[in-house]
Amino acid sequence: MDKQQKLVAALENGSVIDHIPTDKLFTVAQLLELEKCTEPVLIGNNLESQIMGKKGIIKIAGKFFTEAEISKLAVLCPNIRLTVIRNYEVAEKREVILPEKLTNIVKCANPVCITNNEPMKTVFYRMDKDTLKCRYCGKEQNLKDIKLK
Amino acid sequence: MENRSIVSIAEYGKEKIQYLLDMATEFEAHPNRQLLKGKVVATLFFEPSTRTRLSFETAANRLGARVIGFTDPKVTSSSKGETLKDTIKMVSNYADVIVMRHKLEGAALYASEVTDVPIINAGDGSNLHPSQTMLDLYSIYKTQGTLNNLNIYMVGDLKYGRTVHSLLMSMRKYNPTFHFIAPKELEMPDEYKLYCKQNNIKYIEQQDFTEDTIADADILYMTRVQRERFTDLMEYERVKDAYILKADMLGKAKENMKILHPLPRVNEIEYDVDESKHAYYFEQAQNGLYAREALICDVLGITLDQIKNDNTIID
Repeated sequence: MDKQQKLVAALENGSVIDHIPTDKLFTVAQLLELEKCTEPVLIGNNLESQIMGKKGIIKIAGKFFTEAEISKLAVLCPNIRLTVIRNYEVAEKREVILPEKLTNIVKCANPVCITNNEPMKTVFYRMDKDTLKCRYCGKEQNLKDIKLK
Repeated sequence: MENRSIVSIAEYGKEKIQYLLDMATEFEAHPNRQLLKGKVVATLFFEPSTRTRLSFETAANRLGARVIGFTDPKVTSSSKGETLKDTIKMVSNYADVIVMRHKLEGAALYASEVTDVPIINAGDGSNLHPSQTMLDLYSIYKTQGTLNNLNIYMVGDLKYGRTVHSLLMSMRKYNPTFHFIAPKELEMPDEYKLYCKQNNIKYIEQQDFTEDTIADADILYMTRVQRERFTDLMEYERVKDAYILKADMLGKAKENMKILHPLPRVNEIEYDVDESKHAYYFEQAQNGLYAREALICDVLGITLDQIKNDNTIID
């Protein structure tokens, strides 16, 4: 067992987010509001990765993500990997894929879109791997410029 | 009951468009009826638009409906901070159909989601304006006898002109050839050129606007080149007169060619053109009445058959 696996195995129950692009790590930490978390949290950055060169990793004890949180993660960094640990074992491994429809996750960049002027949920559709389209104003937006709600 | 709102007609197929054109033809033959007697049509103009509002209200009145509504949001509770949803919910208690104009994009779609009363989008910001598109299609159909295989020239502001974008999308099934004539700063946006490519719509882009370049047109669709659209005002000064249609440019025009314009015009069509047999923009506005009669009936579930066999016609 190498060191990284040991660290993962050390979680009794919780989640591991792996393959985070190094420049996105702290944005992800912010998104997950880790500063409010009272359980143990491990954050690693610039770790070696065969796939990405360098990567970030976050491990949170006692945390299981909701679908809405996973969707937000998917918008922020579409290729991260999520591992759920239960009883010291890997219970589930999933690739975080951008869903076809995002409800109330993303903010529309168009200031004259109704969603920015009315207390309502936003809806976006995935057009391709890095483009979303607002259901209401129809404007297409690139994932790299997207802001979360 | 399914929501029969009309937020956009860009995705309508040929069959549905022909159905609405046939309805409009019936209304042109007999515009005055009592088909909507007992119905209430609400016209909610959160953004002023006299021309569109009068056209919709005339359409409702000529079909025997009563009209309620407002023409200026300053006098309504939305100026007190009421949400669009609450206004729509409230009016839904009173009206059988809501015609709405709003400055925000997507407002009509959202309104259609919060009520069971059908919504007709009378323009939402620079997004969609389906009743204008419908009257444009009806004008083309009426003057050319078909929507198929036409040479359509779009002139002026093709960047911000939502009427040209909607028309372009609605014509996709009719094998048109578009000619986009515009100054560099106001040329057709890439997303619409991409749309043309994806839908096998032929288009030619040009900046020259002369007697020769328009000789092959079946439809000449003029739009306003507005000063405030330019970031470079020197560019505006250079091109502002280059996209003005003058009567002496019509010498080589095809017999069937008609000039359309969504109105209001400022100076892009000289007044001497009004006398030409090709000028059609005032009739086009009148066609708006028949197109809107058709749209109101369609959202209320009144069928073409009912309109054809209507015994409420007033002669």
